[in-house]
Amino acid sequence: MSNVAVAAPRKTRGPWAVAFAKLARDRAAMASLAVFLLIVLACLSAPLYAKWAGVDPFASTLDAVIQIDGVDVPVMEQSTEGLGLGYTPLGPTWRLGNYFLGADSQGRDVMARMLYGGLSSLLISGAATIFTLILGTAAGLIAGYFGGVTDTVLSRFLDILWAFPIYLLAISLSIVTIAHGITIGPIQIESGSLWLPVIIIGIVYVPYVARPIRGQVLALRKSEFVLAAINLGVPGWRILWRDILPNVTTTLIVFVPLMMALNMLTESALSFLSIGVQPPAASWGTIIQDGQALLYTRPLVALVPGLAIAVSVMALNVFGDGLRDALDPRSKVRLGRD
Amino acid sequence: MKKLLLAATAAALLAGTWLAPAQAEYLKEHRGGTIRLLARSAAGTLDPHINYTDQGWQMYQPIYDGLVAFRKAEGMDGFTIVPDLAEALPQVSNDGKTFTFKVRKGIKFSSGQDLGVKDVVASFQRIFKVSGPTSGTFYAGIVGADKCLADTKGCTLEGGVVGDEAAGTITINITKPDAELLYKLALPHAVVLPADTPAEDMGSKPIPSTGAYMISAFDPNKGMTVSRNPNFKQWSEEAQPDGYPDVVQYDFGLSEEAAVTAIQNGEADWMFDALPSDRLGELGSKSMDQLHISPLSAWWYAPLNNRLAPFDNEKARQAVAYAIDRNTLVKLFGGKVLASPVCQVLPPDFPGHEDYCPFTKNPGAKWSAPDLDKAKQLVEDSGTKGQKVTIIVEDTAISRSIGVYLQSVLTSIGYVADVKPISSNIQFTYIQNTNNKVQMSVTQWYKDYPAASDFLNILFSCASFREGSDASINIAGFCDKEIDAKMQKALDLGVTDQKAADKMWAEIDRQVTDKAPAVGLFTPKRLDFVSKRLGNFKFNRQFNWMITQSWVQ
Repeated sequence: MSNVAVAAPRKTRGPWAVAFAKLARDRAAMASLAVFLLIVLACLSAPLYAKWAGVDPFASTLDAVIQIDGVDVPVMEQSTEGLGLGYTPLGPTWRLGNYFLGADSQGRDVMARMLYGGLSSLLISGAATIFTLILGTAAGLIAGYFGGVTDTVLSRFLDILWAFPIYLLAISLSIVTIAHGITIGPIQIESGSLWLPVIIIGIVYVPYVARPIRGQVLALRKSEFVLAAINLGVPGWRILWRDILPNVTTTLIVFVPLMMALNMLTESALSFLSIGVQPPAASWGTIIQDGQALLYTRPLVALVPGLAIAVSVMALNVFGDGLRDALDPRSKVRLGRD
Repeated sequence: MKKLLLAATAAALLAGTWLAPAQAEYLKEHRGGTIRLLARSAAGTLDPHINYTDQGWQMYQPIYDGLVAFRKAEGMDGFTIVPDLAEALPQVSNDGKTFTFKVRKGIKFSSGQDLGVKDVVASFQRIFKVSGPTSGTFYAGIVGADKCLADTKGCTLEGGVVGDEAAGTITINITKPDAELLYKLALPHAVVLPADTPAEDMGSKPIPSTGAYMISAFDPNKGMTVSRNPNFKQWSEEAQPDGYPDVVQYDFGLSEEAAVTAIQNGEADWMFDALPSDRLGELGSKSMDQLHISPLSAWWYAPLNNRLAPFDNEKARQAVAYAIDRNTLVKLFGGKVLASPVCQVLPPDFPGHEDYCPFTKNPGAKWSAPDLDKAKQLVEDSGTKGQKVTIIVEDTAISRSIGVYLQSVLTSIGYVADVKPISSNIQFTYIQNTNNKVQMSVTQWYKDYPAASDFLNILFSCASFREGSDASINIAGFCDKEIDAKMQKALDLGVTDQKAADKMWAEIDRQVTDKAPAVGLFTPKRLDFVSKRLGNFKFNRQFNWMITQSWVQ
């Protein structure tokens, strides 16, 4: 009689489940994700907040008067001392729905603009990330798989794009398109559209995605399963779609938060320079710009959006690192030029 | 015109006699020291025949001289023309078309060269040879100017500016009488430079000067040092008075915030740039004694493109003029102490100005409140409701905030408006070029000299509009043949009867305002913040603060 028990076959978890489990154990990454989701939720509530507070965050309200503890308080207060020069916007009331963070130089509710601004910043950085990933992946896949002249042409084009300092390129593109927008055939993007910064930011970061993807595809191109498919006469586009793309998906997923953080910084910088989101629309960059003229009297107007950008970017970067560790233990993906 | 010149000379002599003893005493007591001025950046080229900036023109006053000058006096007296390098105001003959000046003797340039008739002739030629920015406008009436404009390098102004070395005279012949010629000759673009000055933009190279001071060092990224001209001997206190400080040190690169702090700490004496708006309250209450508020002959306005929808419709333009709350704009500029609401073109206290405001709740002399109902009605009547309007503004805090406010106003009366701030370096030329299809913009106009035509004729005459050019100062593209003819008539009338001409200009001002080619926003004032040690601050209406007439010890 044998005493040896036959072990029941253990259910092995798939690579995705392993990765998610690993990610879930990464407390820093999960905390960062929670912070970021909280920011997203708050920004999504912008229209509700503005409606509840009864404010229009885009209209000048220099003559507005609000009530605090039953007392009428002007949103823009004229100096009464000495020569009576200048007006100072209302400071933070710390009451939700009633100029919580005070007013800006147009008498607008800074809190409502912060939420709307966050919505613009998130939308632009998110959409630009998708745009970059689609273009970068397509370029990387095609260059890496087809090689030869195609690779040479695409790689040199990416090199040229990469050779420009990112901000200089983004600023140049913005200045060219800011007054008249972009018209390509039937597609017309008007000058004030949020799609303009999306496209500009999306384009300048394409090499950041395309290069690592091309490198991976070059390696995959020589792998046995790809060579077998080629020898069996499977069309190139099918090999790219069915065999190669799934193998670079983890890299792309890792790119999402990291690119989004980069895009958010770029969008803020462009908006701060008046060549991103256009007034009266708000983004965190434009609010910092508005606050620059109030640094001495109302520093919060510039500090709060700055803080929001810092927290969001940090949360995305920490989460991105966690995601990379979970999906790609060898940490192949490194952003940067070195 | 002769009568006018005689009166001006008499007044100048009286004022000069009265001022002389006081200045001599003060000079002994306060002479010396260094005044330190601050600006965010240099004013561009050092060449006085080319530089066309307030900052440059102000600094040139104690440095360069023309045949005539604006009197170096406080307030409106600064608009008076006095002889400078010429011994007296010119003899006018040939029905107002010939001006003869006698050049003073014994004046030397800072380089040691003697000033002579040849320098004056060469300087007038140089205005054209360097393609000076006003050569085609202010000086185009000189005989031979047309040839000089066509062939700049070969410019001789033959028959236009004639020098007589033996008699020491300069004769300027013009093609038709010009009541404003002396004003134009008193501007920095017509100063006298040594005859051997290269006929090219001298950029950062200082050119020898005849004034009380000379530029001794210049680095466009760091600063400019202006020191006493060793060869200067005062010949006319009202044209080129001796100054108090030994050196004027003009440093570039500090931000406005840093400049305010430097002045507060006594490290600098004055700043060129506008004070940061968030420091106004503090300075207005704690440093009242160091602030000087002075009126300016200037106009902040919003040109409406008269050749592009929706503002090719007069009712649409008037609607905007009715809707804008000038008090709000004044608030954005810093309050009533620093600006006044305005409807018309000519600024207050300016020749030809008569209070007029049709676009207000109670039309009359002054603006009182916006009339939104009327504005909405006019938009309806014009059939332009719902059209898209883009406002182009400068990328500065004040212009941007004005643009955002105007966007709100246009939205409230039925347009779909947006605002585009673009770099201050290009905005002014961008809005002038019709190829850019600018519908509405925000800009400013500061007088070149005290004449109504400098606003009305320059900004709204048909000749000032040039299709597809960056230099089309009639930004609105307004061209009304009847008003144009009237402006010409007023210019001609000014030669013989300036008072009657000014009456006519007042009428033209009303007619232009009624048609609303542009919307007047406000008249700004100049706010100068000076150090505690700086004394004898004097503000000249033509060229602003007279730097070297203040002392620091």
